[in-house]
Amino acid sequence: MTALARYARLFAIQLRTSVLLALQYRVEFVVQAIMSVFWTATALVPLLALYDRRPSIAGWSRDEALIVVGFFTALKGVLEGAIQPSLGAVVEHVRKGTLDFVLLKPVDAQFLVSTSKLDVFKGVHVLTGLGVIGWALHALGRAPGPLAIATALTLFAVGALLLYSIHLLVVALAFKVVKVDNLSFLFSSAYDAARWPSSVFRGAFAIFFTFVLPLAVMTTFPALALLGRLPARSLALALGLGVAFGLASRAAFQRALGSYTSAGG
Amino acid sequence: MSARPASTRSGFAPTLRAVPTLLRIGFAGVVAYRSEMIVWILTTNMPLVMLALLRAVAAEGPVGRFDAARFTAYYFATLVVRLLTSAWVVWELVYEIRQGTLAAKLLRPLSPLVPYATDNLAALPIRGALVLPIALVGVLWAGPERFTHDPLSWLAFVVSVAAAWAVTFLVMLAIGTLSLRWESSLSIYDLWIAAYFVFSGYLLPLELFPPRVLAVVRWLPFRYLLSFPVEIALGALSRREILLGLGAQLGWLAASALLAHLIWRDGLRRFAAYGG
Repeated sequence: MTALARYARLFAIQLRTSVLLALQYRVEFVVQAIMSVFWTATALVPLLALYDRRPSIAGWSRDEALIVVGFFTALKGVLEGAIQPSLGAVVEHVRKGTLDFVLLKPVDAQFLVSTSKLDVFKGVHVLTGLGVIGWALHALGRAPGPLAIATALTLFAVGALLLYSIHLLVVALAFKVVKVDNLSFLFSSAYDAARWPSSVFRGAFAIFFTFVLPLAVMTTFPALALLGRLPARSLALALGLGVAFGLASRAAFQRALGSYTSAGG
Repeated sequence: MSARPASTRSGFAPTLRAVPTLLRIGFAGVVAYRSEMIVWILTTNMPLVMLALLRAVAAEGPVGRFDAARFTAYYFATLVVRLLTSAWVVWELVYEIRQGTLAAKLLRPLSPLVPYATDNLAALPIRGALVLPIALVGVLWAGPERFTHDPLSWLAFVVSVAAAWAVTFLVMLAIGTLSLRWESSLSIYDLWIAAYFVFSGYLLPLELFPPRVLAVVRWLPFRYLLSFPVEIALGALSRREILLGLGAQLGWLAASALLAHLIWRDGLRRFAAYGG
């Protein structure tokens, strides 16, 4: 069996475990669905109130800004459903010293910890996000072409990769500073800024949100792609940042593993 | 094992005697975890993001009564009030109930609610010290004339912040205790905080909302948890409005205290110290 097939099978097993676990708490699905709709609705109130007074903000009309909100919500589903649960568990492993059991297995440790726990029901955010995007496109009276959709999906994947990499960097830090769970809160609170089109941020904010914490790439770029307004150079920038963050976080994680001393070390 | 409500076992005077010690313990805890607290404070960055957004909007012309400087004053005041009124008892309580460690607290001749409150209060000196420079930056950036100059208003501001903290704490206590009955009580807290973000004026000044939304906000507690003290600080309220607001805060305080008390009493009857 090739390595790729082996990892694909392993991933399927991990996914199955998570799904089976989630199915034990079926009521949770309803709770999550209500939460997602409620959360999205409340997040929309300030946006709609502002657009009540202005036809456009920083070059974005209401419905265009809604597309950004849609991508924000969908990506939030990936963050809370796939990234935070598994990587949060790593911090716990390091604290308790149980990471030993992961490291002893004959598979890539990063792969194993990254797929260990999926909160399947958080995926409902992805559906809510798609709903918002669909609504916005309908209001705009616009149907994006296949190329625009493909670009937007690619950028969405890059956004997920960026979120994952940044989180992995935070986890790598957990090997040094054990009590790090609130660092991930810090990151999610910063992610909230991604619900606004990035062009509202000027100066230092704009640079910070593109390069240091690439929120612009995560939600604004896919929206621009869907609207057919994304310059090719931005697409290249996004792909470059995705690769750079992915490689950097992997290197940082490997280094951190090297300094792991077990049992709360 | 089932526990009797702790309140039947503790008198008022012994509790009062224990408070200074508990505050000292809480303060030592805060000092020990100071870097964590700084991260928590940095987590409260939403007002600054909203400020960046609305300054960009206001650059094209004022929004309602708000120009760029007023937005600056508003969001810095919001940040300060939010940092001073935050509590975290809901996480502590849910954690201790799940792990069963609440049992140890119940064995003491003192209501467990007292150490929770003192833990949260003991953080105030350090929080205050960290909030002071933020307030200073806000005043200098927006201009001192953007804030009220009436000493009585500042007195009302202090009272209203204290009341806002108390209501926040009691609501958190009520929701946290609910997890004795229901495992997903943190979902209720998520709903609460989502509503709080919008209807307390945390994201957007309430007066910028359409009248339809404002009609609803009037009947919710959220304004009194954040926007009300901020409005006092900005000098946006008359003395009469301030008095009425303080009265409403008192009402919400009584309601949340009653709610927390009822849920706590009911919850303790079913506490079984599982997992501990």
